[in-house]
Amino acid sequence: MELENILNQGLAAVKGAEDLRALEDVRVSYLGKKGALTELLKGLGQLDAAERPKAGARINEAKTALQQAIDASRQALEQAKLDAALASEKLDISLPGRQRAGGGLHPVTQVMHRIESIFTGAGYSVVSGPEIEDDYYNFEALNIPAHHPARAMHDTFYFADGRLLRTHTSPSQVHTMESQPPPIRVICPGRVYRRDSDLTHSPMFHQVEGLVVDEGISFADLKGTVIDFLQRFFEKELQVRFRPSYFPFTEPSAEVDVQCVHCLGKGCRVCSHTGWLEVMGCGMVHPNVLQMSNIDSEVFSAFAFGFGVDRLAMLLFQVDDLRLFFDNDVRFLRQFN
Amino acid sequence: MKFSEAWLRQWVNPPLEREPLLHQMTMAGLEVDGVEVCAQSFSGVVIGKITSAEQHPNADKLRVCQVSDGKETHQVVCGAPNAREGLVTAFARVGAVLPGNFKIKKAKLRGVESRGMLCSEHELGLGEEADGIMECHFQVGADLATLVSEDLPLDDVTVDVDLTPNRGDCLSLMGLAREVGVLNQLPVTYPKHTAVTPESETTFPVEVQAQAQCPRYLGRVIQGVDLSRATPDWMKERLRRCGLRTIDPVVDVTNYILIELGQPMHAFDLGRLNQGIVVRLAEPGDELKLLDGQQVTLDDRTLVIADARGPLAIAGVMGGEGSGVGEETRDIFLECAFFDPIAIAGTARRYGLHTDASHRYERGVDSELQHWAMERATALLLDCVGGTAGPVEETVNPAGLPNRQPVQLRQQKLDAVMGVAIDPAQVDDALQRLDFHVANRTNTDHGIRWDVISPSHRFDIAIEADLVEEICRIYGYNNIPVSQPRLTLPLAEVPLYRSEARELRTQLAAQGYQEVITYSFVDPALQQLFDPASNPLALANPMSSEQSVMRTTLLPGLVDAARGNIARQQDGGRLFEMGMVFQQQAVYLGGIQWGPRQGESWHGRAQALDFYDLKGEVEALCQWAGIRVDYRPSELNTLHPGQSAQLVLDDEVIGHLGRLHPAVEKQLGLSGIFVFEIQAEAILLRPERLHHGFSRFPSVRRDLAIVVDEQVAAQALIDALAQGLDERCIDIVLFDVYVGEGIDSNKKSLGLGLTFQSQETTLTDEEINGYAAKALALLGDRFGATQR
Repeated sequence: MELENILNQGLAAVKGAEDLRALEDVRVSYLGKKGALTELLKGLGQLDAAERPKAGARINEAKTALQQAIDASRQALEQAKLDAALASEKLDISLPGRQRAGGGLHPVTQVMHRIESIFTGAGYSVVSGPEIEDDYYNFEALNIPAHHPARAMHDTFYFADGRLLRTHTSPSQVHTMESQPPPIRVICPGRVYRRDSDLTHSPMFHQVEGLVVDEGISFADLKGTVIDFLQRFFEKELQVRFRPSYFPFTEPSAEVDVQCVHCLGKGCRVCSHTGWLEVMGCGMVHPNVLQMSNIDSEVFSAFAFGFGVDRLAMLLFQVDDLRLFFDNDVRFLRQFN
Repeated sequence: MKFSEAWLRQWVNPPLEREPLLHQMTMAGLEVDGVEVCAQSFSGVVIGKITSAEQHPNADKLRVCQVSDGKETHQVVCGAPNAREGLVTAFARVGAVLPGNFKIKKAKLRGVESRGMLCSEHELGLGEEADGIMECHFQVGADLATLVSEDLPLDDVTVDVDLTPNRGDCLSLMGLAREVGVLNQLPVTYPKHTAVTPESETTFPVEVQAQAQCPRYLGRVIQGVDLSRATPDWMKERLRRCGLRTIDPVVDVTNYILIELGQPMHAFDLGRLNQGIVVRLAEPGDELKLLDGQQVTLDDRTLVIADARGPLAIAGVMGGEGSGVGEETRDIFLECAFFDPIAIAGTARRYGLHTDASHRYERGVDSELQHWAMERATALLLDCVGGTAGPVEETVNPAGLPNRQPVQLRQQKLDAVMGVAIDPAQVDDALQRLDFHVANRTNTDHGIRWDVISPSHRFDIAIEADLVEEICRIYGYNNIPVSQPRLTLPLAEVPLYRSEARELRTQLAAQGYQEVITYSFVDPALQQLFDPASNPLALANPMSSEQSVMRTTLLPGLVDAARGNIARQQDGGRLFEMGMVFQQQAVYLGGIQWGPRQGESWHGRAQALDFYDLKGEVEALCQWAGIRVDYRPSELNTLHPGQSAQLVLDDEVIGHLGRLHPAVEKQLGLSGIFVFEIQAEAILLRPERLHHGFSRFPSVRRDLAIVVDEQVAAQALIDALAQGLDERCIDIVLFDVYVGEGIDSNKKSLGLGLTFQSQETTLTDEEINGYAAKALALLGDRFGATQR
């Protein structure tokens, strides 16, 4: 009967243990080296050999029962401890995290990247050129001799030595044709400068020039390229029309109008109620220009196009004053991050 | 160029409404830039005469007028200051409808009955004058609408067409009509031009010395004119509808010819001319007082019309004040010339002038037009101001006239450029409509060849491409098909040892910098402040002094951007720009930051930025670039001497970073501004990266606490250890810097963590202890370091 009492006492002690430490004490005092049940087992030797197995089995049963009770209790206590810890570590997850203030790219840069991606995807390379040019590259080599009336369309910034700030990215055409043989397929993005400043003009702005030189390049190819570009750029199936125009370095030359991206041609403030937006100039490269760059205009033909990046950015982001791009007000810039 | 739609339609009247007609012109390359109503229809307005005008009993500014319409007298209350007895004016009777569908009804004004309205030009859409009622000289009782629409119908617009420099031929009603005729395949009714029979023998001597510049010069004397006479109403009205004001009868006639035919003309007061006309280039010392009052010194490239005393006019640009026609003029000398466009081009711009005449001469005036224009002008002048005309005297140098050689057009080339096979019949048709003369049309192996001679009004046809353009234009750009260039498609070249600029920009944005784009030209004072040693390129013609020199550093722009944002309550910020600096035209990357390290939050109080925040960002950037740079004290005196560094890569200075010098900050009214600037190329180049293997044996760390003089640079200790210990010392980290209690006042305590690892074996305690002892000995010897 002693065994039963010990077991009952042990089980009660397990029940009474309030933490893991107390539970461990219970285990040691019953099942440890000198524990009560362990002592009983040691006493088996004094029994008859015939009774020994039976008594041994009973003691082991009691040990197992107690051990199971201890294990169950331990598990419960551990869970309770974890629960308490988790509860105490609970945070207000609505509080803002630690972060550093975000930066971002200028909207004009973003648009520039977009344009570059569209063209490089079709195998165009991106080239850049100097912003200070001489008269030859900015004018002469583009078929604009000194007294040409077209020079009046470019309000040029000059330096004392006669050099100038490029008025368009078209000089890059010349640099490119001088430095590599056809076939040529490039775009030349960059800063350009003209003496002009109002809602839609800035003395510094950005252009992208495109040039394709190869055998059999036609005006139809130019149209296809320009239409595709505008539709890809705005991600809209916009109508595009070509109007005869004049640039000394292309012939035939065209102004390109795209259906207003804002009203889709219905007429609105953005398109001055015409339904159309004038977005770029283009044409077949003038034979004189090809020849000045040592390209045989009887073998090769070429098209070129050029447009204002800032203007496309204004249309894409619905910005109505060009000067905002160069005010560098972070309240403006952050809108595009 | 501005023109009246109604006038155009008198010459050629296609069956198109206004909108489609103007659209057609735009799509043909004559871009319509603006349309303004210049005449509107009205009815019920007659010529009335004010028989009496009395003060309104209840209003200071109103008058009660009795107005006769020839049959009856009506009482009209009128507020116009010029409403006076005897005035003949426009009278809208009850029932009249004014422009804008404004109906005139019987009314009571301040208690007095008013039956009708006296009208100003403005109210009738006949002009700008709105301050008073019209003052007319027509027959009382006549219907005004009938009178004013006798010449040109009411309901008209002034169209502003923006012409490209190659289309000088369209700078006249005649040219525009010709073009509209071509587009609509309609004949054009040109004005009659019959020669005026001379009634006198009087001529004035003309000597053309500059024959190349002036291939054709026509002169004519008209004697006994009366310039006190007014320009006829119909002419004034036509000029008005083309946006021109009336000046005097002679100027009005020459302006009329300019608009109608596109031929600039000039009239001199014969009485003020001396001996004879000489057309020559200006000589040294030549000066001229122009019609606009400006006194100019003429350069030797300038073609002038002179007399024995000196220049009278800049040829093709502007006349002089001394020889101009005035009211007292009795005899005039009329000039009508063809000047070589090259001779005139640029002249106006050199003198800061731009006139209707120079605009046309620069682009090319029809060299066959002068006789027609002279006769037409004479006839109009005689009508306007009377007088007797002498014979037309012409000086012509046929060799100087435009050389009209045939230009070749090949069918195969045409098709190739357009990207579509054109029916030759369409080419024939287009050439014929454009007045191009086909001298030869031959069949060759490459299709048909047209040898084309262009008409004298076309200055822009010199090569085949010019003809191709014309065919495209007539064919219609929008009728040309759409295709894609067929191109070989080489795979992209992706550089191994260079990052792309856009990747660098994206990295900066990821580090929290907002990109800005600042002007490449800056304020010289700011430029000087940031780069006093440089000699920046100055613009010869800046827009303002604040944008007059080319930046040699990005800092002026960045500081200016920061300053603007601080002024707009941005207490903290980080900006960057990547762009060119001059003169070397190299691309630089610059950054600026100010304000707290982090925005205000519950995590802790905002701390001010310091040098190490900035350096950390630059380090992150260099890490991204894969380059190892040294930081050495900077010598830039725009930066704080104790908080700035230069970036050195392979013994070359590639940039700077630091806090702005307090003196500079003070000058800018700023404080706590940190900047960096680096050559973009240096961080875009990417060193080769190769696998060298790494150790699989455990590493061991040993920490050293040492005390050294405060002056010793931490990096010097690290460099000495890196050099003095062997390759098994794989990392040295500075984990603590302490100055203060327990340390001598001129000393500092440093905590260095050394990590050791071997490629071949696990290091033993003895080996590690050996290294630690060696490190301490080394620091002791070199820097007087003691263990703490």
